[in-house]
Amino acid sequence: MMYVSARLNSLTMIEQLYYTRYFHDRIFDIDGGVYSLNVGIVGYGVYIPIWRIRVDEIAKVWGHDPNTYREGLGVEEKSVPSIDEDTATIAVEAARNALRRAPEVPPNNIGAIYVGSESHPYAVKPTAATVAEAIGATPSLTAADTEFACKAATAAIQACMGLVSSGYIDYGMSIGADTAQASPMDALEYTAAAGGAAYIIGKSKVIAEIECTYSYTQDVPDFWRRDGDIYPRHAGRFTGEPGYFEHVVKCTLGLMEKAGLKPSDFDYAVFHQPNAKYPLRAATMIGIPLDKVKPGLVVPWIGNTYSGSSLIGLAAILDIAKPGQRILMTSYGSGAGSDSFSLMVTDAIEEKRRLAPPVRYYIDRKVYIDYATYIKLRRMFKGVDY
Amino acid sequence: MEFPLYKKRDVAIIGIGSSKFGERWDKSLRELAWEAAVPAVEDAGIQGRDIQLVIFGNMSGGLFVGQEHVGALIADFLGLNPTPAIRVEAACASGGVALFQGYLAVASGLYDVVAVGGIEKMTDVPSDRATLALTGAMDSEWEAYFGATFPGLYALIAQRYMYEYKLSRETLAEVAVKNHYHGSMNPLAHFQFKTSVERVISSPLVADPLRRDDCCPISDGASCMILVPADKARKYTDTPVYIKACTVASDKLALFEREDIVTLKATVEASRNAYRIAKLSPTDIDVVEAHDCFTIAEIIALEDLGFVRKGEAGRLYEEGETYVGGKLPVNTDGGLKAGGHAVGATGIKQVVELVKQLRGEAERGRQVSNAEYGLAQNVGGSGATVVVTIVGR
Amino acid sequence: MGVPFHWRRRKERYRLIGSRCEVCGKVFFPRREVCPNCRRRGRIVDVELSGRGKVYSYTVIRVPSEGFEYYAPYIVAIVELEDGVRIMSQIVDCNPEDVYIGMPVEVCFRRIISQGDKGIISYGFKFRPLDETWVKYYEEEAKVRVSEAQV
Repeated sequence: MMYVSARLNSLTMIEQLYYTRYFHDRIFDIDGGVYSLNVGIVGYGVYIPIWRIRVDEIAKVWGHDPNTYREGLGVEEKSVPSIDEDTATIAVEAARNALRRAPEVPPNNIGAIYVGSESHPYAVKPTAATVAEAIGATPSLTAADTEFACKAATAAIQACMGLVSSGYIDYGMSIGADTAQASPMDALEYTAAAGGAAYIIGKSKVIAEIECTYSYTQDVPDFWRRDGDIYPRHAGRFTGEPGYFEHVVKCTLGLMEKAGLKPSDFDYAVFHQPNAKYPLRAATMIGIPLDKVKPGLVVPWIGNTYSGSSLIGLAAILDIAKPGQRILMTSYGSGAGSDSFSLMVTDAIEEKRRLAPPVRYYIDRKVYIDYATYIKLRRMFKGVDY
Repeated sequence: MEFPLYKKRDVAIIGIGSSKFGERWDKSLRELAWEAAVPAVEDAGIQGRDIQLVIFGNMSGGLFVGQEHVGALIADFLGLNPTPAIRVEAACASGGVALFQGYLAVASGLYDVVAVGGIEKMTDVPSDRATLALTGAMDSEWEAYFGATFPGLYALIAQRYMYEYKLSRETLAEVAVKNHYHGSMNPLAHFQFKTSVERVISSPLVADPLRRDDCCPISDGASCMILVPADKARKYTDTPVYIKACTVASDKLALFEREDIVTLKATVEASRNAYRIAKLSPTDIDVVEAHDCFTIAEIIALEDLGFVRKGEAGRLYEEGETYVGGKLPVNTDGGLKAGGHAVGATGIKQVVELVKQLRGEAERGRQVSNAEYGLAQNVGGSGATVVVTIVGR
Repeated sequence: MGVPFHWRRRKERYRLIGSRCEVCGKVFFPRREVCPNCRRRGRIVDVELSGRGKVYSYTVIRVPSEGFEYYAPYIVAIVELEDGVRIMSQIVDCNPEDVYIGMPVEVCFRRIISQGDKGIISYGFKFRPLDETWVKYYEEEAKVRVSEAQV
């Protein structure tokens, strides 16, 4: 065990994630049944900006029929960041909410902070350092920004799990936040939104134990952005089966096999939500009843918050889950990969979750803007920098 | 502790001069000085070589025209080398503190002929750059940094004043109307047009509740005065005007640090000292030059200078008492609003006007009859420096 | 404003860390090295302010200075904090018509200014209207549950 831990520690985080599956079977005896590393979520927090733009408003500009997108994507409106908001500010707000739910965690005892995003404010300068400074976690901590399309933050949760369970740190924080940009006129314009969620991983006063995690990663060019390009590109319908469904489904099945669980063992299931249709179809393919997925479906009202997507969905479940219930969460990041988690809610949740605003509050807190204001807030004017 | 502890001798103003204030595309900083200095020297009946010391106020030659070392520039371009020439700065009170320094030089007995002046060249840069340069007068780290502008600071004062006291939007506009009325008769004023309450309150908003016509313009200009000891004044002129008091006071730089943002404590302190030194009271003052960088500033100035109680200045405007011919004429040359606010020059320009009024030399229509004492209030920034000068015949 | 300045003031801007003089008890924001009341007799320590307050005065900047052009119109206010100090900041997530003197506000974390799109970004405190209605959401399970999509 010590040999394995030492080996793991000498690897980079990417290699660690790759070897997790390899070593997992050797570290823990699996003959079915659930086992535990004794780590879990100690606090969680979300933040969604106040502005919303409706599907109708966007469709009007391009002469589209809004119903095509409303029905095809299952999305009504999406969140838009304020002119003075970005991934760093959203991450800080989410992190502060997570700390409110974990009042026993002194900020300067957080040993690791990771911010996963596709829209870090700088190409080179870590968002995590700004977040660490803003919540008072500096200077004794490790920090890094992670990238893996929309699953950048769930990969970082796994890293925190490793650091916490090995005893290196008491608490680790992973934040998924994005202020997504989408090419005008593209279907993604209807869903590319802004928001974030923060999770504190620890061993004590856990509100949801992470029973098991499994990841599924392959090289798939379904959605990408080259350096210097403003908007990402995607391969159209190819992003479905070889991308999203291949990974979400296989990863979830892999998790259930590894943990020895069946769909009926779960009370809720949260999937990455690029739109409202994909998660429901994935659930059907896996054999999970849709009414276990719908409570965590936030995309119809806030759009796709990219690195925040599955994590905000999970938060919506944590806002209502009862002790003893089991939650499945599978994220998806284009390029491509999925991280799947099985979570068991503990008794501590009732008392802690009411310490910060629920996802529902942020969904309801909204002010509509028109397309012109949307252009101004998304900084899409030519030749003007601010 | 009461100041001054000891004064050597009294000081008189024997010569005054001012350039036309406005958008002076035709003149650079160095040429504007000449336009003010020549009339002052001729009015004083002296030669340039008689000047022993030059003190000029200038807020920001650097940010506006890339020119620091303004004292040296002026001495050079007025042909006054090797006379000592110094530039002093206190934001919009630079002119006032230049007068204060010149006054100290003569009152102390060290100099017999001192030229004091103020000068600013603001229109060579676009107006948003000028707005940024002016934010140097506020707290750069904690006010300007968060997006405050000068109209913004005075708008915060106006908003709070209208919350604590009764002051209607129309009454506030009367300040601008009056100043334009006076300015229309002053050929040196930046603006010569008259305006109306309707026009003021329908002008575009700059920083709620202040509108464009509540705000003084960005101007170029220069003013100059010659100071000599009082007992030698009659050698130069039959109409000397004596400086009865010239005082300065300071307050917290940032508006939010002040105890009460609708009172400028520095005005209260400086004017109280000025009245005491001059042995006068507010009722003795016949004409006032108040620092109306924004309409609200004139309202609170009259209160802080002791003419009315806090909250009551509005009534003076509703009753028209601040026009020439009223109980308390204020800004008979158009003030800053119509006369223009070439930042460093304003403090001198104000006293130049008082001297004109006391001598009876102002244009007909804006001449106060039988003015014996005048008071000028020059404010730096949002009130962190205030200079109060009382002059008399 | 140069890079070192942005960095030097980060604790004040990110976490509202002010000063308190242990001799006279007065709280200051921004921080002061020297207590203006006690001067050399004073003893200054750091104190983290609560972030809650009320609007003392406000205005809407419609003619910004250089660097803030594209943010217009924005609300600048003097906020009186619970701790007894006043500071200058912007009010966000609020329509200009809805601000009023006495409005309760809470601190949030936003971009202050960035030096074009090539320079550094400066973050710091701004204030948004205080909204504690979220507490009521936990009173009934139905309220907290995100309304299920009719997909």
